[in-house]
Amino acid sequence: MKINNRFKKSLSMLIITIVVLFILNKVLDDYKLRVLNLCGIYIILGLSMNLINGFTGLFSLGHAGFMAIGAYTVAILTMPAPMKEMNFFMKPIVPFLANIEWSFFPALMMGGVMAGLFGFLIGAPVLRLTDDYLAIATLGFAEIIRVVFTNTQSITNGALGLKGIPASTNVWWSWGLALVTILFMTFLMEGSYGKAFNAIREDEIAARSMGINLFTHKVMSFTFGSFLAGVGGGLLAALLGTIDPNMFRIVLTFNILLIVVLGGLGSIKGSVVSAIIVTIAMEALRFLDESINLGFVKLEGVAGMRMVIFSIILMAVVIFRKEGLLKEN
Amino acid sequence: MLKIENMTMRFGGVVAANKFNADIEKGQIVGLIGPNGAGKTTIFNVITGVYRPTEGKIIFNPGEEEQDITGLRPDEIAKLGICRTFQNIRLFKELSVLDNVFIGNHLRIESNVFSSILKFPNYRKEEKMMLEKSLYLLEKVGLEDEKDGKAHSLPYGKQRRLEIARALATEPKLLLLDEPAAGMNPQETRELMEFIKDIKDEFELTIFLIEHHMEVVMGICEEILVLDHGSLIAQGDPESIQTDSNVIEAYLGVE
Ligand SMILES: Nc1ncnc2c1ncn2[C@@H]1O[C@H](COP(=O)(O)OP(=O)(O)O)[C@@H](O)[C@H]1O
Ligand SMILES: [Mg+2]
Repeated sequence: MKINNRFKKSLSMLIITIVVLFILNKVLDDYKLRVLNLCGIYIILGLSMNLINGFTGLFSLGHAGFMAIGAYTVAILTMPAPMKEMNFFMKPIVPFLANIEWSFFPALMMGGVMAGLFGFLIGAPVLRLTDDYLAIATLGFAEIIRVVFTNTQSITNGALGLKGIPASTNVWWSWGLALVTILFMTFLMEGSYGKAFNAIREDEIAARSMGINLFTHKVMSFTFGSFLAGVGGGLLAALLGTIDPNMFRIVLTFNILLIVVLGGLGSIKGSVVSAIIVTIAMEALRFLDESINLGFVKLEGVAGMRMVIFSIILMAVVIFRKEGLLKEN
Repeated sequence: MLKIENMTMRFGGVVAANKFNADIEKGQIVGLIGPNGAGKTTIFNVITGVYRPTEGKIIFNPGEEEQDITGLRPDEIAKLGICRTFQNIRLFKELSVLDNVFIGNHLRIESNVFSSILKFPNYRKEEKMMLEKSLYLLEKVGLEDEKDGKAHSLPYGKQRRLEIARALATEPKLLLLDEPAAGMNPQETRELMEFIKDIKDEFELTIFLIEHHMEVVMGICEEILVLDHGSLIAQGDPESIQTDSNVIEAYLGVE
């Protein structure tokens, strides 16, 4: 009865979403479509960070790094050989990657798997001891990845970045995978493993005294989160068509953290709504960074002003409304 | 059921337990009493793997299939069948009452995480059983009407009962209760005593409990251990403890 009702509700939500996307896909211009795609991608990214930081209570700041791994994996696997040759004019790409050309979906999954693998490799040693250092370790990891990608010229093309990545991401991919991620998170958190993650967040001593292996559950949550971050990064690469190591700075992680905190730690709905609002606000407030001409007076924009505003909002939320702006009750 | 051999637990200069020995027989209710700071909770923490003892051994199921559990992790010990409640209640506060008990079942789950996400039949079947068991246990502790509320919104006495239900969900053979009657009124305390005897029989438990309410200890324990400054000073049935001169001096007398 209850299940059935929920199924009907979900189905109608799904149909409405598809219809809305269909219409938006027809009427929006290229720029607005890009923002729509970004919304879908940020839903995935917000949920993946919420899984680690909100639902399991770990503190990871490695998202930009996992996204970079996903983005580069997708770019290298999907770019056709001639395009690679054009990009790698300073130093040729290593031969075994030169002629690889995968289709989008397997490449995207591979991006997730690679990110998940790295998540596991960093998570396992840190989480075995204590997760106090996870924030530092992941932050360090994200910076190291950026430096490594800048210097492995024959694989990533270094600081020059990659241009002409097949633009496979469209509204169906970004929103389709966002919906899959929402389902994944809902089912995971309803089940006994997800509840065990919650228990760890609530009280580690009680959780392990009830027989929950902290290490395996934390690593599980962290690896899933990294996988999803990799998928998000891959979608982003195939949306923008161009990537370079400097895209994946800590600011990127900060944006996602903002989504998670505003939407409420441990709230799926919150992260979804917040991802959409923050993504649109980031675009809408772009004028703050540029100069505004009011006709009679010209206001000089300040680069980085948007970030200042968002940082202030973030601090205010953390201080005055820890449960997030959008979380009910 | 459980044998503690020459166990010493030192925290820096503090000797919280000193060459402590105990032998808890299967099917008994054993009480552990002693003044505040005597080291009672420390003994529970050592048994459940929160601390590794400085010296000595903890043997589970002594005899044929005995297991040395000294230094195992708390989750491993819980899986073997030793579960506990906490003196300073440690519920999963923000989670629902039902979820608290449900999570107690998780250690016995056989389906993997992917079956749980994809809701495969093997997981659904297990989940259904876990849910039924959780509801049964909530009914047992009289919290079935509060199952959807958050754990921290329950009054104190009910939180203690919820902790017991959560511990029972792990299917323990040995249940450790750290001051289960603390903060309860006389009526609740009497109900608790009946409840402890009741679950002992129903779930074939062995119970080791710390308690300050003498009424509880003398009323339901078959064997009592008295601790003072980390050392065992007396041991025996309720009558002999009440007349033991060491105990009167160290503990009952001062009260
Ligand atoms: N983790 C710890 N670190 C340092 N001292 C501790 C620790 N745990 C307990 N103690 C000390 O051990 C002694 C016994 O404490 P405890 O076992 O809690 O006593 P009880 O439960 O009998 O009241 C106390 O002096 C206490 O301060
Ligand atoms: Mg104590």
